[in-house]
Amino acid sequence: MRALGILDELARPLILLPVAVVDRILTPIQKHVGIDKMGYFFVLPNLLIFGIFVLFPMLLNFYYAMTGGTKLFPQDRPFVGLENFATLFDCDDFLSPNSCQEDLFWRGISNTIQFVVFQVSGIVLFSLVTALVLNRKIVARGFFRSVFFYPVLLSPVVVALIWKWVLQHEGVLNAIVEIFGGESKRWLLDTNWAMFWVVFVSVWALMGFYTLILLAGLQSIPPELYEASSIDGANHWQDFRFVTMPLLMPTMFVVLVLSLIRAVQMFDHIFVLTGGGPGTRTQLMVQYIYTTGFSNQIQLFGLSAAASMVLGISLLVLTLLQLRLGNQSSLA
Amino acid sequence: MRKVVAVFVVLSMLLAVAPAFSQDMVELRIRWYDDGNEGEVLRDLLDRFEADNPDISVEIDTVPYRAILENLPLDLAAGEGPDMARVTDLGGLAEYYLDMTPYLSDPGYWEDNFGPFLNWKRLPGDDSSIPGFMTQLTITGPFINRTLFEQAGIEVPSDMSDQVTWDEWAAASVAVAEALEIPYPMAMDRSGHRFAGPAISSGAMYFDDMGHPTVMDEGFRDMAERFVNWHLDGTMHPEMWPLSEGYAGANEEFANAELVFYMSGSWQVGQFSEQIGDAFDWQTVPNPCGPGGCTGMPGGAALVGIGATEHPEEVARVMEYLASQDVLGEFAARTLFIPAHAGLSATGVDFDTDLQLAKDSLGVFVGQVGTLEQTAFDLQAYAFNRALFDATRDRLTQAMVGELTLDEAIDRIQDDVDTALAEQG
Repeated sequence: MRALGILDELARPLILLPVAVVDRILTPIQKHVGIDKMGYFFVLPNLLIFGIFVLFPMLLNFYYAMTGGTKLFPQDRPFVGLENFATLFDCDDFLSPNSCQEDLFWRGISNTIQFVVFQVSGIVLFSLVTALVLNRKIVARGFFRSVFFYPVLLSPVVVALIWKWVLQHEGVLNAIVEIFGGESKRWLLDTNWAMFWVVFVSVWALMGFYTLILLAGLQSIPPELYEASSIDGANHWQDFRFVTMPLLMPTMFVVLVLSLIRAVQMFDHIFVLTGGGPGTRTQLMVQYIYTTGFSNQIQLFGLSAAASMVLGISLLVLTLLQLRLGNQSSLA
Repeated sequence: MRKVVAVFVVLSMLLAVAPAFSQDMVELRIRWYDDGNEGEVLRDLLDRFEADNPDISVEIDTVPYRAILENLPLDLAAGEGPDMARVTDLGGLAEYYLDMTPYLSDPGYWEDNFGPFLNWKRLPGDDSSIPGFMTQLTITGPFINRTLFEQAGIEVPSDMSDQVTWDEWAAASVAVAEALEIPYPMAMDRSGHRFAGPAISSGAMYFDDMGHPTVMDEGFRDMAERFVNWHLDGTMHPEMWPLSEGYAGANEEFANAELVFYMSGSWQVGQFSEQIGDAFDWQTVPNPCGPGGCTGMPGGAALVGIGATEHPEEVARVMEYLASQDVLGEFAARTLFIPAHAGLSATGVDFDTDLQLAKDSLGVFVGQVGTLEQTAFDLQAYAFNRALFDATRDRLTQAMVGELTLDEAIDRIQDDVDTALAEQG
């Protein structure tokens, strides 16, 4: 007890000092502007960080998208207006990338749409099923919760390398296929299979995170509702359809929005696993932006910035659409 | 208590004056990448330099090769680069180099010994600056696993003729692979630079009459078609080009005896000496022939001073030491690199290896210098050659997987290069 008392005495000034400093600064400000406007001062530090690291780069990116040449500094770059956007959208047939001036950009868009549709659907579906299973009283529930979450802790590079070794021609998957009498296959070289595997690997790597969110949503549903539905004679499916899903819907929208944003921004897993190949079959928009702006000898920052603006605006529209749908469904 | 205060005061005073003592010491940084043991050798040489020059300390920042290609240009453009760097995009970064001429004690030595290669590091119109020196001259060319040929009972084509064509090598490599069930008959580094030698041998001109880069000729198309088809029929390593981004090599496959014929270059000799040793007989063979010659591509890496350095005199002192004939000779001998130095070419380098395979291999590469076509030298000296090489690599890959026809791929290469050069101004 005595020791705790000493610690308390030592810690007290350490805690009180910052309080005293903040008090010295904020009290005169409050006296000057009034208590109603003090909220602005509290959010100011956060806004400053947001402004410097998010808003300013966005504005700078907007400016870069309107400039040409290969110089790095904005003041050295000639203003070209919407020319970069015109280059990106110069296309005879948007469904045929080969007819577009920037064919790789349109291949990136086409691949990104396919990837997002399948990956987000996969994430939502498998996370939901897993969360429902892990929410039941099964044997070793804690162990299984850890197992499903474990891939989230792995670096994307590690995940991609592990799966590269599994999927390579002399890899584990082909060994298993051959044991069962099948023929080995170059899984990542096949243009049809490559997209399947990048979706599969990213779902495997990320679903643990979304499972955890859905699990938290499931656990927040009051058990009394299930008791009531049971008294009313509802079966498991009706429980799920009329109790679980409506109450889980807000959490589902969070998962949908987060996984969608992550899917559109996907780069690391795919870059290591397939390099965007075979050819450009799994090259998404983000890789196009990276290659155009940084990887080539003559770095086209303007075109890259314009493409990233298209990506950002698409993402914004999709997210707003989802939020609108989410609000409508919750009102209904 | 007084003693504690006294000690505190003395320590504070010492800390305050410490920077004054170290002010004479200049710290220089080199951005470096390794193919083999060269970083280790450089450190050893610099340790000796530092012992004789206590006013200069040199730090080596070893980074992946990709960082030299992608991050270094951005750092240099932002004025935040190192004092010196090892680069391979020799002409592309020329605007950032330090002209060391005013700081060198004997600029004539550099002109005499590095003269032919100084142009590779200069901007068009510049014929006098001295930005650095080549750490090695590289020649692209093929390695074969001779042991596999012997085990398969198939004659090595270059034993029978001085001028073996690409088709003859392909046929022989496929025969060996089939006889021994080796997974990969042939492989070529995923690089437009590596492809350029075979293309020039097939008659590719790479420049039009106005000196503008072009791939619109039969020679280029001929080799491109052959190369794409080899990927489709399994003659070439089927995954390396289609399933990679940027550069990729087949070192592991060759070292593991899974590959019969590997088109790469002289910088691999040191690595193969260590990785393979004499586990099997590996050998360099002369570049295959076509209607345009039997050429590989020259190339190499250079250590250059960076113009934004705050210590140009000290950079020049370090460079003079490293570029001196004795030191560069030792560097070449220990790294098994071919020196790009006239004096060393005249005297020869006694390569520091007991492995006869490595010595023979280096001998073949040195012998190849005389067979290189002028187009190959012109292309290497062209400042924006990487734009051409990168487009070749990426578009031919698309043709291999059926995203583009061969003609579309060649058109796209030309478009990509024209667009990039137009932006470059």
